[in-house]
Amino acid sequence: MEKIGNIVKVAGPLVVAKNMSGVKMYDVVFVSESRLMGEVIEIDGDLASIQVYEETGGIGVGEPVFPTNFPLTVELGPGLIESIYDGIQRPLDVIYKQEGDFISRGIQVPALDRQKKWDFTALVSEGQEVSEGDFLGYVNETSLVKHYIMVPPKLYGKVLKISSGSFTIEETIAVINDGKSDSDITMIQKWPVRIPRPYREKINPSIPLFTGQRVVDMFFPIAKGGTACVPGPFGSGKTVIQHQLAKWIDAEVIIYIGCGERGNEMTEVLLEFPELKDPKSGEPLMKRTVLIANTSNMPVAAREASVYTGITIAEYFRDMGYSVALMADSTSRWAEAMREISGRLEEMPGDEGYPAYLGARLASFYERAGCVKCLQKTDELEGAITVIGAVSPPGGDLSDPVVQATLRVVKVFWSLEARLAYARHFPAISWLNSYSLYNDNIKDFVIDNVREDYFDMQSEAMNLLEKESELEEIVRLVGIDSLSGQDRLVLLTAKMIREDFLHQNAYHEVDTYTAIDKQYKMIKTIIYFYNQAQYYLKMGADIEALENVSLSEKIARMKYIPNDETSRIDELEKEIDNEFNSLIKQ
Amino acid sequence: MLKEYRSITNISGPLMIVEEVEGVKYEELVEIKMDDGSSRNGRVLEVNNDKALIQVFEGTTGIDTEKTSVKFTGKGIHMYLSPDILGKIFNGLGRPKSAKDQILPEKSLDINGSPINPYSRDYPNEFIQTGISAIDGLNTLVRGQKLPIFTGSGLPHNRIAAQIARQSAVLGKEEEFAVVFVAMGITFEESQYFIDDFTKTGAINRSVLILNLADDPAIERIATPRVGLTCAEYLAFEKNMHVLIILTDMTNYCEALKEISAARKEVPGRRGYPGYMYTDLATIYERAGRIKGKKGSITQIPILTMPEDDKTHPIPDLTGYITEGQIILSRSFHKKKISPPIDVLPSLSRLKDKGIGKDKTREDHADLFNQLYAAYARGKEVQELAVILGEAALSDIDKIYFKFAEDFEAIYVSQGEYENRTIDQTLDLGWKLLSVFPRTELKRIRDEFLDKYLPLFKKESSDKKITVSGGEK
Ligand SMILES: Nc1ncnc2c1ncn2[C@@H]1O[C@H](COP(=O)(O)OP(=O)(O)OP(=O)(O)O)[C@@H](O)[C@H]1O
Ligand SMILES: [Mg+2]
Repeated sequence: MEKIGNIVKVAGPLVVAKNMSGVKMYDVVFVSESRLMGEVIEIDGDLASIQVYEETGGIGVGEPVFPTNFPLTVELGPGLIESIYDGIQRPLDVIYKQEGDFISRGIQVPALDRQKKWDFTALVSEGQEVSEGDFLGYVNETSLVKHYIMVPPKLYGKVLKISSGSFTIEETIAVINDGKSDSDITMIQKWPVRIPRPYREKINPSIPLFTGQRVVDMFFPIAKGGTACVPGPFGSGKTVIQHQLAKWIDAEVIIYIGCGERGNEMTEVLLEFPELKDPKSGEPLMKRTVLIANTSNMPVAAREASVYTGITIAEYFRDMGYSVALMADSTSRWAEAMREISGRLEEMPGDEGYPAYLGARLASFYERAGCVKCLQKTDELEGAITVIGAVSPPGGDLSDPVVQATLRVVKVFWSLEARLAYARHFPAISWLNSYSLYNDNIKDFVIDNVREDYFDMQSEAMNLLEKESELEEIVRLVGIDSLSGQDRLVLLTAKMIREDFLHQNAYHEVDTYTAIDKQYKMIKTIIYFYNQAQYYLKMGADIEALENVSLSEKIARMKYIPNDETSRIDELEKEIDNEFNSLIKQ
Repeated sequence: MLKEYRSITNISGPLMIVEEVEGVKYEELVEIKMDDGSSRNGRVLEVNNDKALIQVFEGTTGIDTEKTSVKFTGKGIHMYLSPDILGKIFNGLGRPKSAKDQILPEKSLDINGSPINPYSRDYPNEFIQTGISAIDGLNTLVRGQKLPIFTGSGLPHNRIAAQIARQSAVLGKEEEFAVVFVAMGITFEESQYFIDDFTKTGAINRSVLILNLADDPAIERIATPRVGLTCAEYLAFEKNMHVLIILTDMTNYCEALKEISAARKEVPGRRGYPGYMYTDLATIYERAGRIKGKKGSITQIPILTMPEDDKTHPIPDLTGYITEGQIILSRSFHKKKISPPIDVLPSLSRLKDKGIGKDKTREDHADLFNQLYAAYARGKEVQELAVILGEAALSDIDKIYFKFAEDFEAIYVSQGEYENRTIDQTLDLGWKLLSVFPRTELKRIRDEFLDKYLPLFKKESSDKKITVSGGEK
């Protein structure tokens, strides 16, 4: 008979049970006869504190607790892509079909479909020696993701049997003998979420991961395998930028975690992604996406777990050599879940009531991002996880402990400002406060593969924006008339950079995504305008006339030129010359 | 028979501890019998071995450790429901206010509800015309949205909420609607204002009123919004109605939450409010929306007063992080007699993008509001500049922005309390105001719309004066 504990205390999501000796930290247990799933988070003698992933209303002292002796794990295998899971990997679509519109308690549904047959194609033959991480074969999970079936970690040996064909995930597709015994291999692996999956070695990120978002790609780029955070007050555009990245980032698999945020935002993804086309392949974006939705009204403890569930799935696809991008919206809600549980455990509170281990937890989460050499020893296969976390500081105050702890570990900081959002300058990423520490890492790649003078354009444009903010101070004090023609030209160009380049409307069918080539041409045209105007100014052109040239409207409309018609942007340089010339002749 | 305990050992603030209990469940409803025969209600906040911590909704005044007895009912707090709740008044715990508010219940539901499965949600995208330009044109409300009003004491938030309730209509549709009005700690006068307005329009027969007024027990307010939302869910998802629920004042709700947290001696979060307030508020605000395959919907308009008009105070701040935008009222607008005093720049409707455009409002709507926002934001900056440098120092184009911002507030934002503008009137008004700019300034609007709409309005303003009246009364 199964060993049973007894509840002695219920306080919100925290339950304490006695008679629990033998249970291990982070083991999963089931609480009460309704079998609510929970996880042991503290052990004291034969007492165990359990965070329960479901609402605990109606649970009382004396009710049973059933240990499982297993930690919290996720199921990994074909069927992950296009799924929508809650924080503990229960498929919400299946729950909807079984239970209806509301989530009731104690539901247990397998994460992956047990009935579905997949066409498995073997890549190794019988008799071959294989080791952990090697590809045994693959299934075409969706039109965008070829799902490799790998030898599980820590397994080495000879393939005794393998065959292509149609299998469910629980059927044996291969048998491997490690010299001592035979292991039946199926297409499903289980992995404890709190333990990072192994890889061979980490490598430094050196390739940019373009996102189609101009302010990001040209000014504050992120590297493949890098980490970024987006802090900002409510309504400043964190979710929209996360959605934009999930749509357009140049990655092969997307994991989107809605952690303690709105239900409708997940619905939006579910409705939009199947309709939107991947710019490279033309396939629906949903075909590379996994959603984790633990919305704000769902149980708090499962919110804590959702981040780990997401990153473990990301690691699994990374192990196949894919570039995976993970968005977590919002890491603040995750931190708050930690704070709530910590408070119930009556731990010593740190800053703002957050537990003292907040920084360590955040750091070890972001540390699971990165570029790696995959586990398999046969090829030089590289995979990457890029992590982008939203942070929601109270009142938008960046001194918030979660923001500060995050900034200590991430390399890209996109700072959203309320002031910009109020003026509907989107994305409201501050060009003066944000930074990317990847510029050096990606330099060689960008110069060789994108454009030689990409960084020159970046620094010239940035210079103009910085000068603008200095000049604005002066204007505020003494008025525009006191400025020289050259200074007014700086203001004019900076305004172009802001309004015609940085400003990008996520809801405009063309503007929503700008290919890097078009981005470069846009910024180059504006810089060209500036350089030429400087020259003509010296030649005696009037600044007022320059401010009113008609081609500035054409510059403003560059963003609406489709990505495959950018030759129309090339023509603008000539028009600039012509119009400026006419100014001198007058 | 439920066992009666007389083992209260500790009373402090709104809380008490009962010892030597057996089989008590977390969150269950508790009946408290006072010495004088009257009864009160409580809820179990924590069970620890044989001790139960109980929150008393009506407060603990008069409770003693000897004569007061306690019964555990074995279930959570329930609301009794039938279609007859329409037109009835209930107290903050959902009990009929008087004999004529009694109903024959068809069913009862736990007021905590269950979370809506995000997969079962349908995206809110049906435009609600409120007849208020600052909302319809710039911060469009859609059916199933949760859009709070952030206000300050003494501002006319009630008038705006009542105007929305009165004028809201989905274009081209006549459907069953209901209003759930939830009062938490507001005055009798304030609540009567709504009741009178509903009575005038006849909406009262389609309304459920849940009233916890200023002199009602403060702790009861923890249950009040949940009672209202349980009614709303019942009407929307079981009776196919479009429900508008007004929750006022959420600040009083949060104060009750804070009081309990303090009594439990929990580690406080920001400014003394509990660390779990975000999650707690989310379990209220997320109970709005639409569900796949269901005809009804729940649109939420919570009202909250910002302490010291401070938007970064935890109550508005956490609310803004959960709701789908916010309508912010401004004291300085109110003083300037801009009415309704909707502070347009920090106000936001996040769901507007799916509710506007061709076939919903009009094709040019999105570009138009983007442009109005950009121009108004610039106009406000210019106005600030003018304060320092004087108007004369402004460049020519800045002078236009200056004037635009003034007109925008006076003509577009301001309108009568009974003025119900159609969406076309609102949009046209926007074009009229923008027509004072040279076309090159209107960068946020697509060429095709500029070509199509601008000439219609440009002529009228060629004399450089804007003479537009609002919509008709
Ligand atoms: N790139 C963009 N283009 C157009 N509109 C945008 C853009 N970014 C943000 N917005 C507007 O700002 C609104 C708020 O953005 P969003 O929901 O992303 O804020 P948030 O920072 O996630 O807020 P919260 O913290 O409350 O979740 C959106 O609904 C949209 O109207
Ligand atoms: Mg968001």
